[in-house]
Amino acid sequence: MKTGMNILLVGVGGQGTILASKILSHVALAQGWDVKMSEIHGMAQRGGSVVTQVRLGEKVHSPIIEPGEADVIVAFEKLEAFRWTHMLRPGGAMIVNDQKIEPLPVLIGAAAYPEEIIESIGQRVGRLTVVPALDLATKLGNPKAANVVLMGVLASVMDIPRETWEAALEARVPARFLELNQRAFAAGFETK
Amino acid sequence: MKTLLTGNEAIARGAYEYGVSVAAAYPGTPSTEILENIAKYPEIYCQWSPNEKVAMEVGVGAAIAGARTIVTMKHVGVNVAADPLFTAAYTGVRGGLVLVSADDPGMHSSQNEQDNRNYAPFAKIPMLEPSDSQEAKDMVKLALDMSERFDTPVLLRITTRIAHSQSLVELGEPIERTVQPYSKDAKKYVMIPAYARTRRLFIEERDKQLGEFTETVDVNRIEMADPSFGIITSGVAYQYVREAFPDASLLRLGMTHPLPKQKIAEFAAAVDVLFVVEELDPYLEDRIRALGIDVIGKAFLPAYGELSVSLVKTRLMAALGMTSEAAYDSANDVASDAAATSDCASADSCAACANVAAEACQTAQPIQSAQPDEQSNAVIATAEPFDAPVRPPVMCPGCPHRGVFYTLRQLRLVVSGDIGCYTLGTMAPLEAIDTCICMGASISGALGMEKANPDLARRLVSVIGDSTFLHSGVTGLMDIVYNGGTSTVIILDNSITAMTGHQHNPSTGKTLMGKDAPVVDFVALAKALGVRRVVEVDPLDLDRLKAVIKEEVAAPEPSVIITRRPCALIVKNTETPLECVGCKGCKACLRLGCPALSLDKGTRKVVVNSALCTGCGLCAQLCLFNALRKAGE
Repeated sequence: MKTGMNILLVGVGGQGTILASKILSHVALAQGWDVKMSEIHGMAQRGGSVVTQVRLGEKVHSPIIEPGEADVIVAFEKLEAFRWTHMLRPGGAMIVNDQKIEPLPVLIGAAAYPEEIIESIGQRVGRLTVVPALDLATKLGNPKAANVVLMGVLASVMDIPRETWEAALEARVPARFLELNQRAFAAGFETK
Repeated sequence: MKTLLTGNEAIARGAYEYGVSVAAAYPGTPSTEILENIAKYPEIYCQWSPNEKVAMEVGVGAAIAGARTIVTMKHVGVNVAADPLFTAAYTGVRGGLVLVSADDPGMHSSQNEQDNRNYAPFAKIPMLEPSDSQEAKDMVKLALDMSERFDTPVLLRITTRIAHSQSLVELGEPIERTVQPYSKDAKKYVMIPAYARTRRLFIEERDKQLGEFTETVDVNRIEMADPSFGIITSGVAYQYVREAFPDASLLRLGMTHPLPKQKIAEFAAAVDVLFVVEELDPYLEDRIRALGIDVIGKAFLPAYGELSVSLVKTRLMAALGMTSEAAYDSANDVASDAAATSDCASADSCAACANVAAEACQTAQPIQSAQPDEQSNAVIATAEPFDAPVRPPVMCPGCPHRGVFYTLRQLRLVVSGDIGCYTLGTMAPLEAIDTCICMGASISGALGMEKANPDLARRLVSVIGDSTFLHSGVTGLMDIVYNGGTSTVIILDNSITAMTGHQHNPSTGKTLMGKDAPVVDFVALAKALGVRRVVEVDPLDLDRLKAVIKEEVAAPEPSVIITRRPCALIVKNTETPLECVGCKGCKACLRLGCPALSLDKGTRKVVVNSALCTGCGLCAQLCLFNALRKAGE
């Protein structure tokens, strides 16, 4: 691994982005790296835009990722992927959950959900992986595990042993959901 | 053992490790999680107070009684707590007393951006500013020790990026939790003028001692390197500076009141050019300049919003007259191999750019990658954002407040609003709120509006949540009764402090430590304050709700309407979701702004998202064609 990595996780309130970020931070900790994770949550409990930032490496100073400096963006929703693409560095990797959650202005017909989002992102991003995480998780028995499917995909593009990820999962996921999440992680990891 | 903690968790851990026995707060982003985490340590008595003033008073009492004590709040909460705080600075403490102020530069979740560092010299109390979670924990110890040694409350000031960022923290064993024996000392703790005048002189003496202490305390630290320019900084800005200029000389200030004047002078003399990098007000800058030391600060950095690594880098390089390339060479260890771009590329940052230094910023050239990425030739991501439709925060599906705002809008009432989830009633399509100033201001503000313009009286309501009403609405309602106001107060009682993440309050029947508690009876309370018209109504019954609001607003005396339904996120929903059959496409239901309803662009008919729908049935009451009904009926 190079000296440091910046990972941005973007999604919609209620999708489990914060739990996913905690799993990722735990992985960094288990590797013996320095890590900082920053989250912003605001007015709404559900349905608003959520962004968490994870920076890991030998020494991390700022907790914040600058525009154009994310090595990987994991987007839990397509429109959020579109919104945050400018944060990716040239040559960075983007992982997008192929799920659409319309924001309120779109729901009430006051704005349009952009057409062909994936194509637009693809024109800017070289390493784009689109994952049907919601479908995969639903087939495994619980749509809420989509976040861990995406963690599996992220793990497959990072140079960290799979066992370290699995240990982090065990440490961070409640026991009664662990087995489901292990299968979700495997489904994501083997997507590529 | 090292573990990842947010700044808030680290402060809670510090309270545990360093012998705190009492903790009090009112929840407020970004401070809320400090008390939520303290509640995990049964050794510490902790409580939600109805507001920050009360929390501060609980804290002062506990400290006088001999316990190590912590009181936490968001920045605007300190305004509420300022009254007891300023006098606690006179009485001092017996057990250590730490006040945590969590400021919110950039206003991620706040109504203003005030820089609470100004409170330290104003209240005449010392202040500490951590720059990561480890320091946040360590500074709880330092603050408690200072508080007891110098007989003063101590302000521990953090910001959102400290509170909600996780970084590594070394955990330690807790020291013994002791409460010092109580003894009466009226001359110290009873601030009648004769005694307060003596304590006023004590503060002067204490300030001198603190002035000497701040010169030697190790959180004020010179990190000397290249002497061509030096930077004085504090808080999270220290981390931005360290990353932007790894080889720069720094004076890192962890104690920012009183300031170490000699150390500042010594550092200033050792460098050719001196910068101050700080978020928000020119707090350090003005005080350093008052020492007769020439510094560059807000002339090149914005006095509002958050700083960032790239902002600090481009502005300082511009100030030094360096191109970015030259600066990049001199700072030969920039960690990132990415192509850092000029901050001006993003619209958001450019708003922050629109001050005196805008021109300088635009002339700074983007730094080129030292080691171009192998794939960057193929595809270049740009820092130009896509034009994506906004995703505004919304009231949750099934929120019991939705129908109230729909009705208020329908009746074209003037609505004096307050702070909470329900402030979202101001957003489209509900657009039902006229004002929102601070906690409690809905009620007292309405009284002011009515007194200023009596014509408003018969179309004016205030809306306030249960927790906010207890925080500071009660006194406003008392004022309405006492001073002959006539407006209607609607208490939106969802039985929880919802916006900050579901904390208990005196109306929920539980304490922070999980014990059962008596429940405030809003009807009896309103009557005790002298309100004769008090009505309870189910906010999901729109016809009745509308009739009650019309009747109470028309009444020429104060009334209180309590709309009672629990928050949609704290009830286990067993209702059947709705379905839409036979939609005529009139879109009447969409005026509720419910995230579970959408318009199918192809058929022009409304569709219910059954995964989101809680079956509250509000939309069915608006449908003129009886198309929305429980699935399967």
